[in-house]
Amino acid sequence: MSLKVLAVDDSRTMRDMIRMALMPAGFDVHLAEDGVHGIEVLDGLEPDAIITDINMPRMDGFGFIDAVRDQAEHRATPILVLTTESAPELKMRAREAGATGWIVKPFDPAKLVKALQMVAG
Amino acid sequence: MSEQGQNKDLELLTFRVADQEYSLDIMSVREIRGWTRTTPMPHAPDYMRGVINLRGTVLPVMDLARRLNLPSQETNERNVIIVVKLSGTLTGLLVDAVSDIVAITEDDLQPPPDISSDPQMSVVRSLTVIDDQMIRVLDLAAVVPVSSDEAA
Amino acid sequence: MSDQNDPMAEIRASFFIECEELMEALQDGLQELDDGSEEPETINVVFRAVHSIKGGAGAFGLEALVRFAHRYETVLDEVRNGSLQPDSEAMKLFFLAADHLSDLVRACRDETELDEATSDELLTRLDALLGEDGGSEEVEPEEFEVQGLSLALDLPDLDVDDTEANDSTLYTVRFKPEQELFATGNEPLMLLRNLCDLGEATVRCNFDDLPSLTDLAPETPYVEWIIELKTEAAEPEIRDIFEFVDGLCELEITGPQGEAAAPAPDAPAEEPPAPPEPAAEAADPAPAPEPPANVVPMGNKEPPAPETAKEPEAEKKPATPAAKSVVRVDLERIERLVNLVGELVINQAMLSQSLDEAGLSPHSDAMNGLEEFQRLTRDIQDSVMMIRAQPVKSLFQRMSRIVRESSAAVEKEVRLVTEGEATEVDKTVIERLADPLTHMIRNAVDHGLEATEKREELGKSRAGTVTLTAAHRSGRVIIEVADDGAGINRKRVQEIAANKGLISPDAQLSDSEIDNLLFLPGFSTAKQVSNLSGRGVGMDVVKTSIQSLGGRITINSEPGKGTTFSISLPLTLAVLDGMVVNVAEETLVLPLNVVVETLSLGPDDVQMLRPGNYVVRWRGGFVPLYDLGVMLGYRSHRKTDPGSIVLLIVLEDGSRAALVIDGIQDQRQVVIKGLDDSFYRAPGIAAATILGDGQIALILDPADVISGMGHIRGTDLMLSERKIANE
Repeated sequence: MSLKVLAVDDSRTMRDMIRMALMPAGFDVHLAEDGVHGIEVLDGLEPDAIITDINMPRMDGFGFIDAVRDQAEHRATPILVLTTESAPELKMRAREAGATGWIVKPFDPAKLVKALQMVAG
Repeated sequence: MSEQGQNKDLELLTFRVADQEYSLDIMSVREIRGWTRTTPMPHAPDYMRGVINLRGTVLPVMDLARRLNLPSQETNERNVIIVVKLSGTLTGLLVDAVSDIVAITEDDLQPPPDISSDPQMSVVRSLTVIDDQMIRVLDLAAVVPVSSDEAA
Repeated sequence: MSDQNDPMAEIRASFFIECEELMEALQDGLQELDDGSEEPETINVVFRAVHSIKGGAGAFGLEALVRFAHRYETVLDEVRNGSLQPDSEAMKLFFLAADHLSDLVRACRDETELDEATSDELLTRLDALLGEDGGSEEVEPEEFEVQGLSLALDLPDLDVDDTEANDSTLYTVRFKPEQELFATGNEPLMLLRNLCDLGEATVRCNFDDLPSLTDLAPETPYVEWIIELKTEAAEPEIRDIFEFVDGLCELEITGPQGEAAAPAPDAPAEEPPAPPEPAAEAADPAPAPEPPANVVPMGNKEPPAPETAKEPEAEKKPATPAAKSVVRVDLERIERLVNLVGELVINQAMLSQSLDEAGLSPHSDAMNGLEEFQRLTRDIQDSVMMIRAQPVKSLFQRMSRIVRESSAAVEKEVRLVTEGEATEVDKTVIERLADPLTHMIRNAVDHGLEATEKREELGKSRAGTVTLTAAHRSGRVIIEVADDGAGINRKRVQEIAANKGLISPDAQLSDSEIDNLLFLPGFSTAKQVSNLSGRGVGMDVVKTSIQSLGGRITINSEPGKGTTFSISLPLTLAVLDGMVVNVAEETLVLPLNVVVETLSLGPDDVQMLRPGNYVVRWRGGFVPLYDLGVMLGYRSHRKTDPGSIVLLIVLEDGSRAALVIDGIQDQRQVVIKGLDDSFYRAPGIAAATILGDGQIALILDPADVISGMGHIRGTDLMLSERKIANE
């Protein structure tokens, strides 16, 4: 069964990259353009994992993770944060917000796939 | 159609221009159209007959007889326009009539006599004989002016 | 362009398109900041634009772009978090950096050479903004490593397959999750499974800490797992599995020789009391009975009242505008559609002509249907043209850069004001406007505006203003470039024109005629060749390029107040409102907008100026007269008999001409068919169209036809009028 993934990033290029990395590996990829859009797409989607960018308009990644974790059914959904900063404090902030793990951009598609499989099976 | 040898690596479209037989590599021929009235282009060289509507695009048409300095014939219903494609551009060649399609091998071709002063020959790539008739194979690139080397 | 079979090439192409949008957002944001915006979102947008460019650039291994964007972003981040307050110098630098970033993006896209020297110079200046503490420390190139990435579509099977055990070692892993681990959506089960994937594992669950049910706190995990793992993998690989939970669990990995990474407090790994479970199956069924603590408490550490938390969310939803749904389409496909619609219009014209000839009653069903068909065709045509329409904003942004660069070059303070950025114009028009507009803007900055000191002397504001406006007016696009400078020095212009032999020294010219001298080929007012506009490219080139777009350009200048250049363009290049006329045996189309009036020649209207040159009397003046049939070589004898039909046309420079034709057929929209550049190009012929009967009609460019004939210019004509009057 293919894993359902919601990816939230305001950069079209990044969304394309994520899509290109995951679709051939058999993931069912759903995309959103920012946090607010992500919450909308999340409604009724029940993804196996979520990938989100941090810097986004309208609602950033931290806010998005917060909002996801506030929904009972997504309390345990793995969330990976995409970040260009490998700065430890960003990872910590993401973790405090409830992120499961992180991927440092630019990501290697295989690594992204592997990370997803590690957190979501 | 004439059958000559087995190594048929060239097909020629033969046609008449001012009572002479000419031919073109069929690979460069896109289609053959009946004669329609051309819209003359002002101040164009006299061998440019003008332009016609080829399914919505503007096709320049060249009078091949005038281009080869042969006596131009009165246009009539039997005249046809051979649409050729050269480096991406379509051009129409007005000829008297289309004769045949013949398959030959490269071996059947002979170089034209070296008469460089003869304008007819400068555009003839080679000669071949089919059914005892000499046929001139045109060098399309030399026939169709490519704007820049027009002056030459 | 991009290889359709290569998804990376496609994404790469799409990345550069996105970059254009990001650059636009960056420009906008910087402008808002410069205008004093205090909105936190403004700097966020600016930061994000640079950040996203960096992100994408990293993915494609564009190191130079990443390097520049990264350090630019670092400085912007300082502004974002409030530790740097940019002054006007800093803002200038930000604009320059944005311009340079945009150059780098284009250079990367076109794979041309990158201007690293400018990068270095700007980066040094940007770093300087960070002050002594920030400057050098941010320059670690390692911090953001570029990782060129090749997207293999057949993804490797994720190193699972190399389990041909050669040098397996036995590790003992003790793992005890802490409460926070569950709050982050991490799942011990997954971790164990990943661990098992590394080799042969035996998993044992230690319930020793599990309190009696009454003492059990639901949020506290009490369980630890001890895994014996026989694997080829090295210890770091094992640690990698626990990367995300580092700090959220107790983790001990004991190596083959029993040397623990951290000494195990107790060593339970030695005794295997629990029945060993087959590692492979351990993955799916629970490796051990899950403690109840595990099931309930996930993320539930501080139960937030979910209702209150959700409500604002629900309210937010309708308020946020739905993301505008946009489809990106290859321009080629649109071109195809435009062509097809062109065909449709022609086809409709043919149909209506044959129905006309059939003599049907105008009230017949066929004629009514035809009317509806015509209406639909027009609507489709408009809609298709709309697809190609784009706001002029991107063009205007490019111009703001031109203003910045040119004002710096001539050391003038210049403010650019733009209006009507949302005005939509055919994409092709926008592209082809860039060069002429650039030249006009440079001209305005260089020649139009006074030097800063001069302005102060005159009591004008120090900074000159260049206003760039776009608007739709009566079916055309009007673009204006206005400056508030000194206005055209008409005396000087006339002198120059006379010195260059463009007009006779004693010519009496109206103000507008003098202004129009600027458009004469070879005219340039620059006394010395300045850095900017004086490179031999004159306004005549501008005028020619505007004309090639079917447009007109006019000047309006007021001494001391400034000069305005107005460009008027057709909305689209694909259709033309034309007047269909007969000349000799041919049918020709003239752009309707040049035709001022139609006249019928009276017996005394035509006068010979000199052999071969005729003028026609019109409203008390004289207008040069040409026979189109003769000019186009359709006939050799001039037709100036009384009763001949004459079209009075106005040319872009405001001068008039009269064209003799044989008859007027119609006024109608025609679809413009370009003439291939590769074949003979007749002067004066702008394009062609296909008429209702399938015949091709040529579309004339009257100015070009006339100039090919040695047009008598307005200035000449003034002289000639006097000459005639004297005779």
